[in-house]
Amino acid sequence: MLSKRIIPCLDVREGKTTKGIKFENNVDIGDPVEMAKFYYEAGADELVFYDITASHEKRGIMIEVVRRVAETIFIPFSVGGGIRTKEDMREVLLAGAEKISVNSAAVKNPEIISEGAKAFGSQCVVLGMDVKAVDKSEKIPSGYEIVINGGRTYMGMDALAWAKRGQELGAGEICLNSIDADGTREGYELTLTELISENVDIPVIASGGAGKPEHLADVLTQGKADAALIASMTHYGHYTVAEIKSFLDSSGIKVRMRW
Amino acid sequence: MIAIVDYDAGNLTSVARAMAHLGYACDITKDEDRIRNAERVIFPGVGAAGSAMESLRRLGLDRAIQETFASGKPLLGICLGTQIIMGFSEEDGGVDCLGIVAGRTRLFSNRMTDAAGAHLKIPHMGWNRVRLNRSHPVLAGIGDGDEFYFVHSYYPDPDDESQVIGRTEHGIAFASVIGTANLIATQFHPEKSGRPGLTLLKNFCEWTPC
Repeated sequence: MLSKRIIPCLDVREGKTTKGIKFENNVDIGDPVEMAKFYYEAGADELVFYDITASHEKRGIMIEVVRRVAETIFIPFSVGGGIRTKEDMREVLLAGAEKISVNSAAVKNPEIISEGAKAFGSQCVVLGMDVKAVDKSEKIPSGYEIVINGGRTYMGMDALAWAKRGQELGAGEICLNSIDADGTREGYELTLTELISENVDIPVIASGGAGKPEHLADVLTQGKADAALIASMTHYGHYTVAEIKSFLDSSGIKVRMRW
Repeated sequence: MIAIVDYDAGNLTSVARAMAHLGYACDITKDEDRIRNAERVIFPGVGAAGSAMESLRRLGLDRAIQETFASGKPLLGICLGTQIIMGFSEEDGGVDCLGIVAGRTRLFSNRMTDAAGAHLKIPHMGWNRVRLNRSHPVLAGIGDGDEFYFVHSYYPDPDDESQVIGRTEHGIAFASVIGTANLIATQFHPEKSGRPGLTLLKNFCEWTPC
């Protein structure tokens, strides 16, 4: 039986890790390679790096980070942020990432998903979705809308329809981020997570809102997520990955307990 | 020298990086002579069986791998490599493969459920255990609770149960480690499986098949 995965997420800007609260006031908290090693040894099942470097000229710094991480840890990791073309994907995969995640680039150009899946395999392509709850309407029947730019731009796309489309185009996994829950530490968006997870066949990683181990238990059972993304709850030392896993294990959720 | 067979089937650098971390230099190569002359051969791969077999035949590497097996040199199959050492794969409408191990590579049913009745997703992606049928030098030091990283929609199904070293549960108990003579083959990715995966790779590098 598969273990539920616990995935720390590191935001990286110009080669340094940051953690933003609701995408604002990011502060540097360290070296991504050191943090990757720390989490690898601490029992993380996978890592996500999200490149928030604004300037395109400085994107090369991230490739170097990916290369160094790949030499240091021997678990899967994915890289997202700023990936717009098949060549961007190739560069990150060759540097040693297991998966690449596309978010706003896929919203603007869905073909990037199928191009990536065809060139590198579906298992490499993660569809990142930023979602906000809205009133149900003809256009947004699920009541969840796709947003980009950190939640500032509404795209008029229904989140459930987009998840299904992403799967059809060849995404191998969905990373589902609730902008409403992100940074609150009050728990994942369970209704949204369950809705998406129940309606696609590919694994769903829940993201946004983790504050305590109970939140992970909820999203991995009630929310039916296959994996849970965490950030500030472990970055700032409130919990260790081992503490979270022990809690989940004692709650009857299968997690990887030996590493 | 340890050769990693390069046949345009995905990114092979992660295997080489894990080996470098363990202190073993590898030669990622498409050259059949370099494969024939290697002390050990790793046959990895990510992708689809059809195009993989096509590339192997085009590069003349199908024979090089069959000869490696026949020569008695340690041979390690990983993921797609493990699937195409079988006789036949159901992928891409059906593909004749290398036939080093008799049996088929089959597609998981998409109607499988777990004990609680929940729908099991395909691909089988993530960490899972391996229940060992018997001990093997390449699996020395690996315990029952150890988990490995899997990403696959097809699984190898050897005809001869004695060639199944370990099985993993995902709807069915499929063969996740296969071994016969100088061949050891895993459906999971040891290079992405943390400590137990690195232990397996190190064991392979020190293995003298009898």
